[in-house]
Amino acid sequence: MSPKTLYDKIWDAHLVHEADDGTCLLYIDRHLVHEVTSPQAFEGLRMAGRKVRKPQNTIAVPDHNVPTTPDRVNGIQNPESRIQVEALDKNAKDFGIHYYPVNDIRQGIVHIVGPEQGWTLPGMTVVCGDSHTATHGAFGALAHGIGTSEVEHVLATQTLIQTKSKNMKVEITGQLRPGVTAKDITLSVIGRTGTAGGTGYVIEYCGEAIRSLSMEGRMTVCNMAIEGGARAGLIAPDETTYAYINGRPHAPKGAQWEAAMAWWKTLYSDDDAHWDKVITIKGEEIAPVVTWGTSPEDVLAITESVPAPEDFEGGKVDAARRALDYMGLKPGQKLSEIEIDTVFIGSCTNGRIEDLRAAAEILKGKKIKDGLRAMVVPGSGLVRAQAEEEGLADIFKEAGFEWRLAGCSMCLAMNPDQLTPGERCAATSNRNFEGRQGRGGRTHLMSPQMAAAAAVTGRLTDVRDLM
Amino acid sequence: MEKFEKLTGVAAPLPQINVDTDMIIPKQFLKTINRTGLGKNLFDEMRFDDNGNEIPDFVLNKPQYRETEILIAGDNFGCGSSREHAPWAIKDFGIRCVIAPSFADIFYNNCFKNGILPIALPQEQVDILMKDAEKGSNARVTVDLENQTVTTSDGEVIAFEVDQFKKHCLLEGLDDIGLTLEKAAAIDNFEAQSQSARPWV
Repeated sequence: MSPKTLYDKIWDAHLVHEADDGTCLLYIDRHLVHEVTSPQAFEGLRMAGRKVRKPQNTIAVPDHNVPTTPDRVNGIQNPESRIQVEALDKNAKDFGIHYYPVNDIRQGIVHIVGPEQGWTLPGMTVVCGDSHTATHGAFGALAHGIGTSEVEHVLATQTLIQTKSKNMKVEITGQLRPGVTAKDITLSVIGRTGTAGGTGYVIEYCGEAIRSLSMEGRMTVCNMAIEGGARAGLIAPDETTYAYINGRPHAPKGAQWEAAMAWWKTLYSDDDAHWDKVITIKGEEIAPVVTWGTSPEDVLAITESVPAPEDFEGGKVDAARRALDYMGLKPGQKLSEIEIDTVFIGSCTNGRIEDLRAAAEILKGKKIKDGLRAMVVPGSGLVRAQAEEEGLADIFKEAGFEWRLAGCSMCLAMNPDQLTPGERCAATSNRNFEGRQGRGGRTHLMSPQMAAAAAVTGRLTDVRDLM
Repeated sequence: MEKFEKLTGVAAPLPQINVDTDMIIPKQFLKTINRTGLGKNLFDEMRFDDNGNEIPDFVLNKPQYRETEILIAGDNFGCGSSREHAPWAIKDFGIRCVIAPSFADIFYNNCFKNGILPIALPQEQVDILMKDAEKGSNARVTVDLENQTVTTSDGEVIAFEVDQFKKHCLLEGLDDIGLTLEKAAAIDNFEAQSQSARPWV
């Protein structure tokens, strides 16, 4: 048998049909659904008189539109947002799929809820009408975003028409230095490869620094595989993975657990497997980073300065000029001297309990800079409850942060949590695109620790100075 | 799905790289539960100022590009969010073909589900088409899917590659779900085998 990568193995285990021209029909084990990209898909099913083929493997939760203020228990004020969430309520009921409604404590960002409830398991295929589905790759599941037409296709057939991607290995050797996190790994990789560097590939992250990460850190790394252009990111399952999954509500139990474990332990890339592209980064060389521009590839160590357009080549010269203008920055300005207005801690990238612990560790006994707006939006109701139990919520509130309910919130600003024109935000989310957090808003991406440090000083800050 | 066979129309130059789907259709327009009506908000934040007035410099606001049917763009077009609202907005505006050096994966696939042809060409060839598009509405470009060619207003013919299955579906306007359901027996078989091999799924 020829050696295979982890991606090859999962692909082969889900191949329903392969046509002569290489077009494949791939079976989908888990389909996650949210309110923004699904209404037209359910409507399509209704018009064609079709059912959901596997309602028991289809899980829905509203997250993009939901307000995060306590008054949301009284209903959603914005009429359009309310209609979308109500449409999901109705579609979940009509088609008999699993559902976590807005006021269920298990509600949260779909990519946090899936793993938390044990829906995401190694070796699975997982899709969702959301590009950050890549998150689930942390479990050694082949997980990627799809469009609404494909959402409808999966609902109706439990399959996707696919062509196979190429294999890329991203190895992070050694250990991370203090103050450096999974977020710094994933941003540094994108800074190295560019946002199109992964196009056409599935990335497997490996190496000692990846192995040393918790599941939550691994989810942060895989979450941003899409920002590097890859179809998916993967990390082979190991004892860390199994320990995280064991005992979760929808994880296998008893004899099924044993059977699952036997297969999961075969899920790794063979030693002599073929890689179409390999990137190696030394863990020790990764610094705490921030983004300076309007693309996730615009990454620099916090100790550096804003670049000049002339530092780049090709189309990036104009792109950098446009980005500096949009961001209101000048070449040569020290990154650590950039003053901010707002801090956002949350999102499917960094809205899990360990992210909140890490930020709280920096904030303990400190106050945010006067005049700053700062909010924490836990990734799920359960993360929120746990943070309250551990006393983290009190640390955030005493420091001056708003303590919100779960949702996507200011990561994409579809709900009322938005930046105003020119407002500059230190954000733990995943995209610094123009207008992403609100029209004219300026986003700097970073880790939760770095965002907490920025909240204390009121400017982009090297977290190591506060440790 | 609407067929795509051959198209001759105005091509607009948008030489920017990394045009993301947040730019193509900002999030405030994702609250719809329909697929139609998004064309008026295509590139909203680049096309209109804070008061909703047109920004005259933006290419699609220029008189010669108001009837644009082909967009010539920079590298990594359609990156970011998976929102199919991006191709819906492009199609609703009247654009049926986007040509760029490269596309983001999800956006590229979404186009084919909506009767839009995305064409990836080497940078040098995109540069030729970009120059041609800069001539304005007199420079009409022809895209022929059957023969896999793009013809500039000067008659220069550029060949392009496309996945044969995707080409077939686009030429015939085929519905993917209908095609897949023809393989229902294979899906049934897979599920039966999977039930014994991976009963925990």
